Amino acid sequence: MPRAMTAVEKILAAHAGRKQVEPGETVWARVDWCLANDITAPLAIEQMQAMGCERVFDPERIILVPDHFLPAKDVASARQAQVLREFARKQGIRHYYEVGRMGIEHALLPELGILQPGQLLVGADSHTCTCGALGVFATGVGSTDLACAMALGELWFRVPATVKVEFTGRLAPWVGAKDLALFLVSRLGTDGANQLALEFGGEVVADLPLDGRLTLCNMVVEAGATAGLVPAGGWRSSPGAQLEAWLRWDVSQLEPQVARPYSPADVVAVHEVAGTPVDQVVIGSCTNGRYLDLVAAAEILGGRKVHPRVRLIVIPATQRVYRRALEEGLIQVFVEAGAAVSTPTCGPCLGGHMGVLAEGEVCLATTNRNFRGRMGHPDSRVYLANPAVAAATAVAGHIAHPEEVVGSGPHRGPGVEVRR
Amino acid sequence: MARIVGRAWKFGDDVNTDVIIPARYLYTSDSRVLAAHCLELADPEFARRVRPGDVVVAGKNFGCGSSREHAVRAIQACGVAAVVARSFARIFFRNAVNLGLLVLESEEAARLVRSGEVIEIDEEEGLLYLSSGHRLVVRFPAGAAADVQKAGGLVEYVRQRLLKRGGCRRPPCIEGEAGP
Repeated sequence: MPRAMTAVEKILAAHAGRKQVEPGETVWARVDWCLANDITAPLAIEQMQAMGCERVFDPERIILVPDHFLPAKDVASARQAQVLREFARKQGIRHYYEVGRMGIEHALLPELGILQPGQLLVGADSHTCTCGALGVFATGVGSTDLACAMALGELWFRVPATVKVEFTGRLAPWVGAKDLALFLVSRLGTDGANQLALEFGGEVVADLPLDGRLTLCNMVVEAGATAGLVPAGGWRSSPGAQLEAWLRWDVSQLEPQVARPYSPADVVAVHEVAGTPVDQVVIGSCTNGRYLDLVAAAEILGGRKVHPRVRLIVIPATQRVYRRALEEGLIQVFVEAGAAVSTPTCGPCLGGHMGVLAEGEVCLATTNRNFRGRMGHPDSRVYLANPAVAAATAVAGHIAHPEEVVGSGPHRGPGVEVRR
Repeated sequence: MARIVGRAWKFGDDVNTDVIIPARYLYTSDSRVLAAHCLELADPEFARRVRPGDVVVAGKNFGCGSSREHAVRAIQACGVAAVVARSFARIFFRNAVNLGLLVLESEEAARLVRSGEVIEIDEEEGLLYLSSGHRLVVRFPAGAAADVQKAGGLVEYVRQRLLKRGGCRRPPCIEGEAGP
């Protein structure tokens, strides 16, 4: 009798043309989608040519998004984008998204509506794991991996064992998916999930809107995970499937979480760092630049002003998010509060552009990493938090719980679904 | 090369890719630029003083963070012969195997190797010799990773596979045939 498999094992087995796969073994598997950006694609293209391959295995299966240093910050990044653009044209790649129509790749992909549960996505970007929220096995790889996938339509994978992570209870106001992600990373550590897949469940996850599930899966790589998965469609773990671990937390008492410099795993409750003065606040990124993130920020910024000493930079993650925020008046709220609003880009998250930090500066950001030098000068400091904490911090001028700014009256809070 | 003899450069746990090569240098894949800034946030002297054949020795989760292959390329561009760590982050490990940078796991190396000492790795024996006389077992990549490494990296591995089946699956493109 075949052994019961987890959802991730089933997806990998199906793509490897096998009845079953075992955690730890390496298999060659077919890929449904290949994703790359302006930093990683030029290298991948070069490597594909070095492999002696002139044509991608299927131009319909390649997705190219110039999002990191775009709109081009200098001549060198303009050149990288040019390589991407020319490759897309020459190969007949339809899923190429130009400045003004693009978005941060991991926020853009779910909007395209092309990913199906049970599919396999490889992306030359570590946050490719984001789309695990759609029931896809989505995993980050390097540029040479991507070159191989583009050339053969296949890649080697080590089958990860699965850890089930369940969040139960009911989230407090102003606590959302980002807080679950930071909490999880702090509990697992930066390598606690290395070579593992995290499968999410529990009523809190079931109640998360899609934007929140994407945020949760986005940060699994900060614990080293191969993939995060919110099972969907027919692709679910069978009863009796062997798990590496089964973790369950009641998160009803969870406060907004903040990661301190210089590790996304160095996480404390917001009250422990409240009062820390900041120079800059960034709301955006593949982690928290989606519509509901902006709604949460606007709830706090509406009718208020950014603190005179603080620069607030708001970056909608995609053009569609930008337009909706514009139509619903969120952009107006940000601009009137004194924020700089940018076209979609990864920009400051990786210290690229649009908000690089000087020596000694402190930033609170809704992004995903706060390693030394990540957002600029090696002696700048980045704290990570959810969009509501970020907005409250921008108003207060120091790290603040949203209630410090808006009081503790009834409100919707960032974790609750807004009708789409 | 069956034997590697080089000075050890020691680093701690969780050396991330932003430390190995900060994103502000990712506008290029020029190996001279990458080499000049390699690991500068962890040790500003490293890039200037490292010599071809030296070995990086680190703790757990080496190469965590982004998927940037530039991290492996930067280390290679410095002439580093191998990285020995307690463990590697998944994507860095893939990139190293794919690009032919020797990555070896050792529980004890980070604790026992002294910075600057000359160490010796015997690839055939799978052993690391310390100047103190200690002899440590090092783990090499296994499974598909070993196949890729044996081929000399993923580029060569795929090239061979493509040659065997007679080139790319699809015929060469006619210029201007299709486009976005």
